[in-house]
Amino acid sequence: MKARVFVTLKNGVLDPQGKAIEGALKSLDVPGVTSVRQGKVFDIELAAGDAAHAQAALKVACEKLLANMVIENYQIEI
Amino acid sequence: MKAAVITFPGTNRESDVARALTASGAQVSHIWHGDHELPQGTDLVVLPGGFSYGDYLRCGAIAGRAHVMDAVRAHAARGGLVLGICNGFQILVESGLLPGVLMRNAGLKFVCRMQHLRVERADTRFSAQYTRHQSIEVCIAHGEGNYEADDDTIARLEGEGLVAFRYCDAAGHVGGESNPNGSRNDIAGIYSPGLNVLGMMPHPENLIEAIIGGVDGRGLFESLCA
Repeated sequence: MKARVFVTLKNGVLDPQGKAIEGALKSLDVPGVTSVRQGKVFDIELAAGDAAHAQAALKVACEKLLANMVIENYQIEI
Repeated sequence: MKAAVITFPGTNRESDVARALTASGAQVSHIWHGDHELPQGTDLVVLPGGFSYGDYLRCGAIAGRAHVMDAVRAHAARGGLVLGICNGFQILVESGLLPGVLMRNAGLKFVCRMQHLRVERADTRFSAQYTRHQSIEVCIAHGEGNYEADDDTIARLEGEGLVAFRYCDAAGHVGGESNPNGSRNDIAGIYSPGLNVLGMMPHPENLIEAIIGGVDGRGLFESLCA
């Protein structure tokens, strides 16, 4: 089973890297960019099982390691 | 003073901090991250600087979940002393031993330079050889030292006097241009509520000999060994 986990900064958390990328896109004259926030994507393969168990395991993975819950949110896609 | 210095893959300041401790009279043992126990009678655990696990995922995230950290948490819960410097501070916040998070420097650059700090209190096991509001000169070398926490946490740290050091200039004026990384309230280091855990971004262990630039870092190690 394949899953994808997105980890993104919570709203209101300053993102200097996103700001720098936003500035670079603007300097490249990419039209219409108003804001950039940088996050992470994890492609995770799980031993065959049902989606509910996978969801539960990935929740543990996110909260124990993949996301820093002080500043980040996560989203799981299976 | 029996000190245990923990080395993770990618730690690179373990010898420097061991040397600073030994010079102040501590007995130092080196512990590998896969160990499950600290040596009997350990008074102080040190998490040195470096780039544990290549800073993969987030700085200090993987080291913060290493087996040996269970022993460090138990040691801290018993009131044992813990010192985390630079990457060690990042490991302490990732492991939950200290609150908040160390984000990318506001200026996005890795900053490596001499830096003055204001000693916020001189009544702890880490700071008794300094005087309150003394300006000391040590050095910094980090890309992720921008201390952030939610407003409640910052208010608690300030209200309970848990800020250990703030970035300042040579005259002791805090903040402004002397804040190298954008840290909230110019915070360079914080204590746990029991004052037995200290995390700090600057490197006092670099400044223990006049021949290499100064001795202002000695006070911290001499305080611990007093």
